[in-house]
Amino acid sequence: MGVPAIEAEGLVRTFGNVTALDGIDLAVTEGTVFGLLGPNGAGKTTAIRILSTLLKPHAGRATVGGFDVLTQPAEVRRRIGLTGQYAAVDELLSGEENLYMIGRLLGVSSREARSRAGALLDRFDLADAASKLVKTYSGGMRRRLDLAASLVGRPPFLYLDEPTTGLDPRSRLDLWDLIRQLVAEGTTVLLTTQYLDEADRLADDIVVIDHGRVIAAGTPLDLKTRVGGQVLQAHPLDPADLAATEQILHQFAADGDGSHVEGQVVSVTIADRSALGHAVRKLDEAGIAVEDLSLRRPSLDEVFLAITGHTATEELENEQAQEGSNA
Amino acid sequence: MTVETTVLPGRPNVVGNTLTIARRNLLHIRANPEQLVEMTIQPLMFLVLFVYVFGGAIAGSSREYLQFALPGILVQGIAFTPFTTALGLNSDFTKGLIDRFRSLPIARSAVVGGRIAADGVRVVWSALIMTGFGVALGFRFGGGFAGAIGALILVTAFGITMCWPMAFIGVTARTPESVNTWGFMIILPLTFLSSAFVPIETMPGWLEALARVNPITAFIDATRGLMLGGAVATPVLKSIGWLVAITVLFSPLTIARYRNRI
Repeated sequence: MGVPAIEAEGLVRTFGNVTALDGIDLAVTEGTVFGLLGPNGAGKTTAIRILSTLLKPHAGRATVGGFDVLTQPAEVRRRIGLTGQYAAVDELLSGEENLYMIGRLLGVSSREARSRAGALLDRFDLADAASKLVKTYSGGMRRRLDLAASLVGRPPFLYLDEPTTGLDPRSRLDLWDLIRQLVAEGTTVLLTTQYLDEADRLADDIVVIDHGRVIAAGTPLDLKTRVGGQVLQAHPLDPADLAATEQILHQFAADGDGSHVEGQVVSVTIADRSALGHAVRKLDEAGIAVEDLSLRRPSLDEVFLAITGHTATEELENEQAQEGSNA
Repeated sequence: MTVETTVLPGRPNVVGNTLTIARRNLLHIRANPEQLVEMTIQPLMFLVLFVYVFGGAIAGSSREYLQFALPGILVQGIAFTPFTTALGLNSDFTKGLIDRFRSLPIARSAVVGGRIAADGVRVVWSALIMTGFGVALGFRFGGGFAGAIGALILVTAFGITMCWPMAFIGVTARTPESVNTWGFMIILPLTFLSSAFVPIETMPGWLEALARVNPITAFIDATRGLMLGGAVATPVLKSIGWLVAITVLFSPLTIARYRNRI
């Protein structure tokens, strides 16, 4: 662990009588991806807005690259790129004009601004649409342009506030690739997400927040380990073998945990890794052919459930259902 | 970290930043050509409707009324031009663009300043269109070339100044609908309760008193004096006083609101 590139201590922020942040500490290592994970309304965006100098905390302090967000906001802004939840690009300009404008605002020469815009459009697979108005872009294209716009100034710190919310799976994967490339080039990324798999795939360190407080912190592996052992899953080829398979796996269950069947798959939480080898032999001896036999760590959704008593997806689905009925 | 990423953006350049934002706002006209139609046709429509609908009744003939009303209609038309300032800034907030601008190391006044600079161009355009059309309909300058130029400068300064209170509405209102509501509630009575369309002496006493202190009346009297010839010193001085007062009051309010809006 190096010196924290982004550091926050005891951040508090209220809006009226709603406490959005209730004393959050963060320490982001340079050149890594830090995942701020939590359901809607957990305080993720508030934290990002404080760290990007858009909002003042009511208590606590934060530094970015060693510069205080309250006393040296201009220095902080020179070093950050922000991609918010909504693609903040100008719909009435072309993609090229958007990036050129940002370059010019950052004091880059006209020629250099064009060259940076061109290079980013190429890299983000937008070269064909460069001169089209952004209002004709698809959601995925807008997000890519938004990310490109936050990179024009080549910031060492990049904040991504729910960068893939609302994107189709293909666009999500593309965006993940781009984020990984940026990190490989040395960018420090602070990522907020309500998608547990996103934090799992991208983040080196994760802080889970809920109702403005940190409820868990660690690497994705730490968090999964904390929740419990590994899960052994078997999918017998012949559905008739399901009961026999369950009986075998049951023998390896950790204390207090049983096996359970979901569809054609039997799962059991195991206490000891060697269970996999034993299970293979027992199944073989019983003459049960399996389509799939695997050992996996619990998903972060299960982690969330274990920590908060509710899954993040449940909460998200409720909110989406509400949004849907309001629309 | 690569060498490139360590080259950070320099200090903000107020003039450069403002011009970049102004250019961006003017480029919007290309994406929305109806803006140009609105900027051109709407003032002409007002001019034709007022002169030919009311002209005969108010002044005996539309020709006479045109001489009286053109300066008033000009100021009224210009008073509505800054709606684009309010709506543009409001839309930048609601679409999240302001968050991007505020997270960049640029001058804090540049986004509002650039909006107003672009709208200044629209103001000049509208003023030229209306005056030119008025002349085509038969308006004759009584104040000579110097008066005409003076009137144009005054009207332009008025239009740009009115951008500040409208910008304040734009950065304060939560939705474009409330921008429209507030804008019309303020601008419409102000422009009618003035010397724009009728001599204020014809109003009931209490209304005349209101119209007399209305800043729009000062601008209209000054513009009328410059365009027709006549005493202009008092209304011009009053107008300049209002220009300074409105700018001094609303520019810091607007910038502060822009910076602090959550």
